[in-house]
Amino acid sequence: MGTLTEEIFSRRLGRRIHAGEIVVAPVDYAMAHDVTGPLAIEAFRKLEVPLWDPERVIMVFDHILPANTVAAAGLHKIVRDFADEYGVTHVFQEGICHQLMVEKGFVRPGGIVVGADSHSTTYGALGCFSAGFGSTDIAVTFATGKTWFRVPETIRINLHGRMRAGIYPKDLALQVIRRLGAEGANYLAVEWGGEAVEAMSIDERLTLTNLTVDFGGKAGLCEPDEETRRYLGEAEALDLHPIAPVYRSVIDVDAERLEPQIACPPAIDNVQDLSVVEGTRLDEVFIGSCTNGRIEDLAIVASFFKGRQVNPQTRTIVVPASKQVYMEALSRGYIQTFMEAGALVMNAGCGPCLGRQHGVLGPGERALSTSNRNYAGRMGSPQAEIYLANPAVAAASALAGAIADPRTSAPHASSAWRSVN
Amino acid sequence: MGRVFKFGDGISTDAIIPGRYNVTTDPAALGKACFIEARPDFAATVQPGDVVVGGRNFGCGSSREHAPMAIKATGVQVVIARSFARIFYRNAINIGLPVIQCDALYDAVNDADSITVDVRSGSISARDLTFQGETPGPVAFAIMEAGTLLDLIKSKGWSAIETQEVAR
Repeated sequence: MGTLTEEIFSRRLGRRIHAGEIVVAPVDYAMAHDVTGPLAIEAFRKLEVPLWDPERVIMVFDHILPANTVAAAGLHKIVRDFADEYGVTHVFQEGICHQLMVEKGFVRPGGIVVGADSHSTTYGALGCFSAGFGSTDIAVTFATGKTWFRVPETIRINLHGRMRAGIYPKDLALQVIRRLGAEGANYLAVEWGGEAVEAMSIDERLTLTNLTVDFGGKAGLCEPDEETRRYLGEAEALDLHPIAPVYRSVIDVDAERLEPQIACPPAIDNVQDLSVVEGTRLDEVFIGSCTNGRIEDLAIVASFFKGRQVNPQTRTIVVPASKQVYMEALSRGYIQTFMEAGALVMNAGCGPCLGRQHGVLGPGERALSTSNRNYAGRMGSPQAEIYLANPAVAAASALAGAIADPRTSAPHASSAWRSVN
Repeated sequence: MGRVFKFGDGISTDAIIPGRYNVTTDPAALGKACFIEARPDFAATVQPGDVVVGGRNFGCGSSREHAPMAIKATGVQVVIARSFARIFYRNAINIGLPVIQCDALYDAVNDADSITVDVRSGSISARDLTFQGETPGPVAFAIMEAGTLLDLIKSKGWSAIETQEVAR
């Protein structure tokens, strides 16, 4: 009985769990990366106990990969030394932690996963309860295999109708953030449902659950269904549904009546219709991140770039979310398309999203990004401005050198490029 | 007694410690870069015992624990905000940086005001007025009593928190 969150905790603990309860629950996996991992490792060492399970601790180098400074290399060494000493088997340097958690099979419907990164909400697309924590909480999970939760109440968001051409899950999520504000789901879980979600691929659902933390959500979940089963390659789908759920609130969004949504500087909830900011000149376009760096996103971008050139005044940077995504993009010819179009293609990882490595913005510069954060200073200079948008807007804008409407600016706007994949 | 350093709404962990300055685990280095772009004079002028007052959704964004670590390293005794983002609030409690949610204080104080805070009771005095902040939940209270989450787990394991299951 209950919301997806209550169902998952009830099954895990073998008794009926209600929102509002404080529980200590075992988790499936605990993840940390090259920036949060070192603090977690230092905290873990202070506990002076054995590692809970070396096969259920995941370490990912992605935020600064490869290391670009001596300081970054020092952080990496802390992680490598820890992995060697404790026999941690899952150590990756082939993409963004959240993408790898999904690709490598650590995320299961009905599971509970914790990560030392706020966007750990992403895994809920597969019907897993997952949340982001700080390093000390993750250190305690490294030691005990558990953490404590105040089981959250749930906001149910129903996305009705069908997304029209040029509209993507990013736009639906930004529309929700526009309505609820940047702390609209603080301390709460979010269930994403409705016809539009049922029609989405897992790649698309991952965008919704990824962005859930950006309006405060503790976890974002989609009910596992046939698409989930197919994605996981499993014979049978897990029978996991909300059963007579009591929601904190229910939000209805009409996917049919939406134009592309743009989060304008300097806040995620400063959202405008694309038409309001169309024509804004851009110095950089970044396509990638745990929000929109997957193969379906790159397929959209490739469909725009094929046989064309990005604006020479605008540097365009493409970063596949993982090696698997990169290799698939290679085999489909997308990487060649990007490079022939004049884009820079970087190694899989977080890329320019957090302003710590390549693609840093200078004072007075303006960028459009497919990522999830546009705070002042996020991608470099605090005097730079960041707009957030869907991959089609990013691609059309890279070609135009200014914020552009993919529905009208694309050379093949009338064709069915939404289903290019 | 301390002085108020007042900030606005939506102060993100990127504003508290930008990504380019948290490539370290050293608290002193983090403290020097605290609010380095949002308020460049902060680290040089803040004194032990001073108080950060924030608006809504303080500490939103990245889960980086470097953010409360940086504030704590400057000697700030407590952060009081109209509301906190979940992960920042939990991180602050975990490392022993007191945080108090108090909506009424925000409009009543200005930057550089004198302020007195009892971090255990949540009682706040400023401008001859008294405000009562929200008291922490049972787990946060248990962690604060122990000092940090590591102190609590080392001394009592999960039992201190598991008893809350019974208490609800």
